[in-house]
Amino acid sequence: MILPGFGADAQQKLAEAKVLIVGMGGLGCPVLQYLAGAGVGSIGIMDPDQVSLSNLHRQVLFNESDIGQLKVKVASQKIKKLNSEVQLIEYPFQLSKDNALSIIEQFDCVVDATDNFGAKYLINDVCVMLNKPWVYGAVSGYEGQVAVLNNIRMPQPVHYRHLFPQQPLQNEFASCEETGVIGVLPGIIGTLQAAEAIKWITGLGKEQNGSLLNYHFLSGSWYAIALSVNPQVPVVDESFFYKTNYEMEPMNEEEDLEDIDIAEIDIRQFLQIQEQPGHFILDVRELHEYPTVDFVHARIPMSVLKESLDQLPQQPVYIICHQGIRSVYAAQYIKLHKGVETYSVKGGLTAYFNAVSNE
Amino acid sequence: MGIQVLFFGSITDITLVAALSWEYCADTDTLMKGVLNRFPALANKKYFLALNQQVIHENAPLKQGDTVALMPPFSGG
Repeated sequence: MILPGFGADAQQKLAEAKVLIVGMGGLGCPVLQYLAGAGVGSIGIMDPDQVSLSNLHRQVLFNESDIGQLKVKVASQKIKKLNSEVQLIEYPFQLSKDNALSIIEQFDCVVDATDNFGAKYLINDVCVMLNKPWVYGAVSGYEGQVAVLNNIRMPQPVHYRHLFPQQPLQNEFASCEETGVIGVLPGIIGTLQAAEAIKWITGLGKEQNGSLLNYHFLSGSWYAIALSVNPQVPVVDESFFYKTNYEMEPMNEEEDLEDIDIAEIDIRQFLQIQEQPGHFILDVRELHEYPTVDFVHARIPMSVLKESLDQLPQQPVYIICHQGIRSVYAAQYIKLHKGVETYSVKGGLTAYFNAVSNE
Repeated sequence: MGIQVLFFGSITDITLVAALSWEYCADTDTLMKGVLNRFPALANKKYFLALNQQVIHENAPLKQGDTVALMPPFSGG
């Protein structure tokens, strides 16, 4: 390397660095590839999942013959071919409250390549407690963002709870696997995360103190927001950590929707319902989600469901979404608050379109 | 000139636009009252505010031409 400022010293720092990547999906794949390529000495990779077909468009380390195998195993085999000197530590399970402290303790910094809020808050709190920086990355629709949080070289490190002190509730926001994502977007964000991790390790360039960089795929524009310490942030210490629930909590803090029993119907039953007069079908996908459907239905996006209950008739509601995940929560929520029978369509529109095209 | 209001991430599911020109108002509290009035569904949403690309944690005075961004949390990956 003959880049000014990037000499043997920087290379040495990378070789001695220990980085944990949590999540081996759309973000984690490019992070791992570029960190290994850059010569980071030890890389921990954590993911409980196996490679599936729907991953391949964005998880570029994997190919069709890897389907069904553990992501961390496949990733590790491929990265060893790229750089045999990098030491890879495989964690084929999920980061949890029980293992987070003992695992993160062994690394210098964490790259968050997860797809849920529970994991992000867990990484944040453990990094704050152990005094380690983490590189946040996430995507939402056509946008993605990255930030170096808890940058311990700063006098007042900004962390995630300075932005959002409380963890959002379950299904307040849909996941990528549900709404779909353009594969290149997590690729861009993951690559940026790798860049920030390399800068932090080597001390090159501008020190980020929680500057949030947002990228919009459609407009091709960037928007940076300078972050600062929020005086209302909770004190993140051991007692806070032990009393915090990092599982995704139900939509409303006061109620436990999991206890609400609702029926799931399959596509065959759903097609029969459509033949019956006076049925009421509700699509809870967000307005930007496609395709539109050809059967008679009402549409109330999950994001505005709470405020829109009075638009629903007092009769049984058949609820559908993209994959049948959000519709379960919508069914529970409507049953609890409206007192009508609700049904969630198993497999959602994905299953519906499969069934219709096979007919 | 007024105030430029920017919406990000899942907030645009509600606003359906990424930016709006807003009539000038004295501070961010007044601005947000108007924004929430126009988009009542934002009331239950989580987001933070940034004034001219700087996060703010309390009411802040506005001047003509300022930009206020509403940034929700992102979690996909």
